[in-house]
Amino acid sequence: MTDFIPLSAPELAQYVRQASATGETLGVIGGGTRGLAPKDVSQIVSTSGLSGITFYEPSEMVIGARAGTPLTDVEQALADKGQMLAFEPMDHRPLMATRGQPTIGAVAACNISGPRRVSAGAARDHLIGIEMVNGRGEIIRSGGRVMKNVTGLDLVKLNAGAQGSLGILTEVIFKLMPIREQSLTLCWHGLDEADAIALMGEAMGTPFEIDAAAHIPDYGEEQGARTLLRLEGFAPSCTYRFKQLARLFSHHGQPEKIEGEKARALWRMVANAEPFTSPDFAHVLRVHIAVSKAPRLLEYASGWGVRTLIDWSGGLIWLGLEPDTDIAQWRQQIAALGGHARLVRSSQVPGPAFASPDEKIAGLMSGIKHAFDPAGIFNPGIL
Amino acid sequence: MTAIAFAQPDAAILARRDAIVAGLAALVPSDVLITNPDECRAYETDAFTAYRRMPMAVLLPRSTQEVAAIMAFCQEQGVNVVARGAGTSLAGGAIPQEDAVVIGVSRLNRVLEFDRPNRTLKVEAGITNLAVSAAVAPDGFFYAPDPSSQLACTIAGNIAMNSGGAHCLKYGVTTNNVLGATVVLADGSIVELGGDAMDMPGLDLLGLIVGSEGQLGIVTEAILRVLPLAEGARPVLFGFDTSEDAGACVAAIIGAGIVPVAMEFMDKPAIEICEAFAKAGYPLDVGAMLIIEVEGSDDEIDFTLQKIVEIANGHGVKVIKQSRSATETAQIWKGRKSAFGATGRIADYLCMDGTIPTSQLPYVLKRMSEIVAGYGLRVANVFHAGDGNLHPLILFNANDPEELAKAEMAGADILTLCVEVGGCLTGEHGVGIEKRDLMPKQFTREELDQQMRVRAVFDPQWRLNPSKVFPLENRWMPQ
Ligand SMILES: Cc1cc2nc3c(=O)[nH]c(=O)nc-3n(C[C@H](O)[C@H](O)[C@H](O)COP(=O)(O)OP(=O)(O)OC[C@H]3O[C@@H](n4cnc5c(N)ncnc54)[C@H](O)[C@@H]3O)c2cc1C
Repeated sequence: MTDFIPLSAPELAQYVRQASATGETLGVIGGGTRGLAPKDVSQIVSTSGLSGITFYEPSEMVIGARAGTPLTDVEQALADKGQMLAFEPMDHRPLMATRGQPTIGAVAACNISGPRRVSAGAARDHLIGIEMVNGRGEIIRSGGRVMKNVTGLDLVKLNAGAQGSLGILTEVIFKLMPIREQSLTLCWHGLDEADAIALMGEAMGTPFEIDAAAHIPDYGEEQGARTLLRLEGFAPSCTYRFKQLARLFSHHGQPEKIEGEKARALWRMVANAEPFTSPDFAHVLRVHIAVSKAPRLLEYASGWGVRTLIDWSGGLIWLGLEPDTDIAQWRQQIAALGGHARLVRSSQVPGPAFASPDEKIAGLMSGIKHAFDPAGIFNPGIL
Repeated sequence: MTAIAFAQPDAAILARRDAIVAGLAALVPSDVLITNPDECRAYETDAFTAYRRMPMAVLLPRSTQEVAAIMAFCQEQGVNVVARGAGTSLAGGAIPQEDAVVIGVSRLNRVLEFDRPNRTLKVEAGITNLAVSAAVAPDGFFYAPDPSSQLACTIAGNIAMNSGGAHCLKYGVTTNNVLGATVVLADGSIVELGGDAMDMPGLDLLGLIVGSEGQLGIVTEAILRVLPLAEGARPVLFGFDTSEDAGACVAAIIGAGIVPVAMEFMDKPAIEICEAFAKAGYPLDVGAMLIIEVEGSDDEIDFTLQKIVEIANGHGVKVIKQSRSATETAQIWKGRKSAFGATGRIADYLCMDGTIPTSQLPYVLKRMSEIVAGYGLRVANVFHAGDGNLHPLILFNANDPEELAKAEMAGADILTLCVEVGGCLTGEHGVGIEKRDLMPKQFTREELDQQMRVRAVFDPQWRLNPSKVFPLENRWMPQ
């Protein structure tokens, strides 16, 4: 399945120069857990040989790792020092029914974030440095190991989320946050989606530092609907904020307090979109939308009896759709609300990941692709 | 006194000046166009005042459409354009040139829409940083990036420079707090990047625009993340014998899992200068000082500050001043916030902006005083301790061209040192002209070319802020 496993950036750079000279196209895979196996390419390059943490300075809250380093290795090293990647990357394996190990490079390349994104920012906000090989087979570094850096154009941001279309990441550097002393989840039962969105939106506007806000609708199972707010910090602070929030939303009833493994499992389920693991959902759409416009989308979804899951206080909505759904029509609905949909899992062949309806923007994107990869050898067809 | 070169003015453009100005006059209402030299003089430099250039004309448009019309005209006529917000750049980013027009966005200063559940505020980009926070304060919100120049500087300038401030350790810099922008491209077309939702797919053009220093287009509107105000905030002030002790204390606080909203460091010269000016009650018998601020309810603040004080006690702290009231809080911050102003009263200064890995702090502070002393000058240090962003102020006399040259050389040496220890040339002020010629210290030829190839996608003719960021030699141009 894999044609080349470089062990160093220079080795990869030479391989890319050769490929571009001979007109070959390259697909890049990390752990392969997103089910995005590159198609229609002449060679597949795996980053698995580019592995290992290159430096870790807990007192500076930064870590560098080669792109193929398994995410678990990074997270373990951080946990040993009481730190974490604050953006809480999603694990695609349950949803995509894939195996293997997600890699830190793919987390950067695909800008993968989870529930804490709503308060702490996305993977792209924490990625402070990269080393990559571009389509000319040059090794390019941008950003670095310090968290404030505005020297030159920000190629780090361009590559975060570029899904390997501009080049192959060989090393990534992330800034970190401490793992908080305590994590508490408030859970209200039985709210409908409109009430849940209103509660979460209001809570996010309080000074009580909501760490994550999600709503799991009633799926006709025993638990019913659950609206979740997560608090993190020193224990007395969490207790205080819990009380304040319980009082503020007392008209919705007393929230249940969830902690420990039970809370972690709940948030894992939200992060990994586990309500959609069943193959009955032929298409799983991930929608990013303004919180204030989420209710309109949810209303539309409920008209079709579609299963939803709501994260980021309403800014992220997962939709599970039936086999014969008209996806284009959904995309239209979502675009009309200023949002954007990604077909994360589908029985259909997804279109280009980066299609922009604005011709000018599409032109800029393909210009940038060309600026990095003039021969178009990386992940062709993504734009 | 002209150590830093500007691109040679294009004689062909200068020769057509009158026709160009007439063309612009036909395009926009008369009060949008400024050509009178006396009025233009206000735009010939920014806060990097050692350099100045008179532009051909200054335009102060009132709408995105006007900006678009001007840009299209300039493109067609081959005229250079320098974008301008409030002109507070410390890197010379907004300094014009003789063959350019300035497009200032200061009149584009309206608040457009507050979306409370979404925690976003849509504004015109010429609004000042402080006015953004003021607009949402009645609803209990604020805009987090807080450059010390926030009373004057604009969101457009903040976006162009990816500006930071004292509270970045917790809340991030500009790029982490902008969701969308309306940008007028070189050919006058208007694009909306990002939006009111998080993490739009595709290449992150918005992330590229932030920090692009007016080279890719003119930002006219922005959608900003605003955050709920904390219930309260209070600082504690620590004095230490040495910078090493202060640095170790910062590392230990972070190591204990505490992320204060701000951790500001001042060395002895900076303490003396600020105390003489602000009478903030700073200790004068210490070698270094930290101001650390935490947020929350009163009890939360007490709890966290107590933990921080315990850590400081373990690191040889000599003076501890805890604020007990809003007045005391203001007092503690007053000295730090007036650092640049206070320094400006005793001497001219160059404000450097390198960033270093914080573990290198003691070494860098020591080397820095050696470097500056080597040129027979003095340096005072204030800096954002949590993130390693240094602001050495190199003191000199601007009326003495030789001293200016020495100060510039000392600055270049300091920035080179920052890169050598694993840091970068600029943490928040941008490259502008000031650090332009040092870029090869941080980047290889291939890396600079890669950045310029991206730049060329937006501005293949080098018409937008052309004298900035990239050294004038070896510029990459599309074939
Ligand atoms: C006393 C003082 C304290 C400061 N403190 C800080 C600080 O704490 N943190 C910090 O980060 N900076 C600080 N600065 C630097 C400066 O204030 C920032 O760089 C600020 O963002 C500049 O904003 P401005 O509106 O003045 O922009 P200008 O100086 O007018 O322009 C800055 C750059 O932005 C470009 N630009 C302006 N408008 C646009 C537009 N509409 N579209 C595209 N490009 C545009 C210009 O071409 C130029 O390159 C300080 C400056 C001073 C004088």
